[in-house]
Amino acid sequence: METPVRTTHHAEAAAAFLRDEENVDWHNETLWFVRSKRDKAAAVLPEWEDLREQASRIKNHTLSRLDDYLLELEKNAQQNGITVHWASDADEHNRIVLDIMRQHNATQVVKSKSMLTEECHLNPYLLKHGIDVIDTDLGERIVQLRNEPPSHIVLPAIHLKKKHIGDLFHQHLGTDAGATDPQYLTEAARIHLRQKFLLADVAITGVNFAVAETGGFVVCTNEGNADLGAHLAKVHIACMGIEKVIPKGEHLGVFLRLLARSATGQTTTTYSSHFRRPAPGQTMHLVLVDNGRTRQLASPDFRNSLKCIRCGACMNTCPVYRRSGGHSYHTAIAGPIGSILAPNIDMKQYADLPFASTLCGSCTNVCPVKIDIHQQLYKWRQVLGEAGAVDPAKKVGMTGMDFLFSRPGLYRFAGRAGRRLMKLFPSLANNGSLNPWAVHRDMPKPPVQSFRDWYAEQEKK
Amino acid sequence: MKVGLFIPCYIDQFYPQVGIATLRLLQRLNVDVTFPMEQTCCGQPMANSGFEKLATGCDRNFVRNFADCDAVVGPSGSCVLHLKEHLHDEQHPAEAAHLRDNVYELCEFLTDVLKVEQLPPVRFPHRVGLHTSCHGQRGLGLSSASELMKPKFSKPERLLNMVDGLELITLAHPDECCGFGGTFCVFEEALSAKMGKDRVADHVRHGAEVITGGDMSCLMQLEGTLRRQKSPVRVMHIAEILTADV
Ligand code: SF4
Repeated sequence: METPVRTTHHAEAAAAFLRDEENVDWHNETLWFVRSKRDKAAAVLPEWEDLREQASRIKNHTLSRLDDYLLELEKNAQQNGITVHWASDADEHNRIVLDIMRQHNATQVVKSKSMLTEECHLNPYLLKHGIDVIDTDLGERIVQLRNEPPSHIVLPAIHLKKKHIGDLFHQHLGTDAGATDPQYLTEAARIHLRQKFLLADVAITGVNFAVAETGGFVVCTNEGNADLGAHLAKVHIACMGIEKVIPKGEHLGVFLRLLARSATGQTTTTYSSHFRRPAPGQTMHLVLVDNGRTRQLASPDFRNSLKCIRCGACMNTCPVYRRSGGHSYHTAIAGPIGSILAPNIDMKQYADLPFASTLCGSCTNVCPVKIDIHQQLYKWRQVLGEAGAVDPAKKVGMTGMDFLFSRPGLYRFAGRAGRRLMKLFPSLANNGSLNPWAVHRDMPKPPVQSFRDWYAEQEKK
Repeated sequence: MKVGLFIPCYIDQFYPQVGIATLRLLQRLNVDVTFPMEQTCCGQPMANSGFEKLATGCDRNFVRNFADCDAVVGPSGSCVLHLKEHLHDEQHPAEAAHLRDNVYELCEFLTDVLKVEQLPPVRFPHRVGLHTSCHGQRGLGLSSASELMKPKFSKPERLLNMVDGLELITLAHPDECCGFGGTFCVFEEALSAKMGKDRVADHVRHGAEVITGGDMSCLMQLEGTLRRQKSPVRVMHIAEILTADV
């Protein structure tokens, strides 16, 4: 089994991923298949583009009055008997969750998919404090057993093939060596997880949408694992980023249709479970987490990234993500959206991510809530450039470039000299160790004359 | 209408034949076109690297050169998009605004301003793959994008269909990025090269003899990849095909 790539620079991690080209092609095609399914599911709705517009407007409106809607959510949730907690950052979120566990003397937790808890690194925190936490989404359980983060927000183990999973289950769940039959492996996982569900004291779920008007929330899964966990355990803790609130129940009609079609091309997610109040004998907690979101909200250039409904469509369409793998982004949320969210959390650590893009704009077009993702990548580059978070050599180079391009005479001279040099030393220009371009590609053949020289000659004639 | 011909720096230096073809095409369509001699670059390389603010001298030089033109036309969607979105000159804000509103990519200018329905007779009997460049497509709206559920159209394709004998091939991924991406092509060398390789393979698999497009930077990426593979497939800018018989 290969060891997962852990490096802090996207380009290096991508280059490492690309070494196994056959695997890259498979990864690329698998995600493109999901994108194609999304296209088909979207194309059958004549109102698709209207739905995106509506979703975008509802989210924009909500963000413009986020404080009001959050307080409304809190009030209504409390009236329903849900205990509401506020966490300003990841640490506070983790502490709140641990405190609830301790109050209930809980040691066994089952958790359905929640990117927020990934963002907060809840699992290692709980483990450190003696709590056994089991991810119950099949893909998440797989990466948990491998001791690595998910590589995709909807398809956590999409970087792995059946063979890897067979080996992993053989090692951890005692399945037959060399088994790759999905039916057999899934059945083994099902039996393994059933035991965990039955033993759990506490169930943690994410939240896809919290409805201010009703104080309830909706959790979408394809495996029913959130429901099973939440219904069996005495305590249900739902964790959400504060941007997950929407004003009214009727808005779910817009978002649920967009989410499933954008994420996997399904017409609807298999389970869209509505939680309103704890069952008799159960307690229910809702943890509202900021962790940098209000900072993002305060920034007009980056605010609308908070519209994200975590469908993953921007990853599936991204020609970079498909060929570099989710782990190359070294952040909980990979791909284009991750690259505009992560620098808000730590500008230095994630300074490489806004550059891990060609700015092709496919992400922006595919996004169901119309986040201008590629424009924000461009804007982050400017912020990082000004903050000095970009390689200083780059800045020197760019200053030199402007010097050159604002002096037409010098530009003409440099162009002529450069072309002459390339002619004299073609092997130098095509030497990969001096010129990264030339590792896999040839340089253009330098012409005798620039366009401008030709034009000047014509004018004289 | 006085039209300024904008030939981006790398086309000027490496692909003069594209500049020549663009000029000839405009002249054949009776456009009053001049080439301001002191022009250099649109400023995109600096801006895309995070140093938009360092491109002020470059921007100013652009405004100085083109301020007296009614429209500016260039054979590069990416540079044109950059100018449309980011050209600024604090000392001449009105001129910069005028230029932002009146700078056109070549196919856009032919289709939307000149409203070309028919080209001066031109024949190009080859199987041609059209590379749809992202900035032209999604940025300038030169063609519909596969992600959007909107009516399909393509300005470059419409122009190519006016060429006698030309056969456009169908691609598996008609609007996938070529991986050039400005400085991305060196900072993410491995990834960029792989994207170029995949893009070229799509054209080759579908029988292209010639790959064309409206953006020479993407075409440079595809050409560099093809040359390294010693492929016989040629790369030509759309302006060269639209003036193929000259
Ligand atoms: S940014 Fe848009 S496309 Fe990407 S995950 Fe969020 S909602 Fe989906």
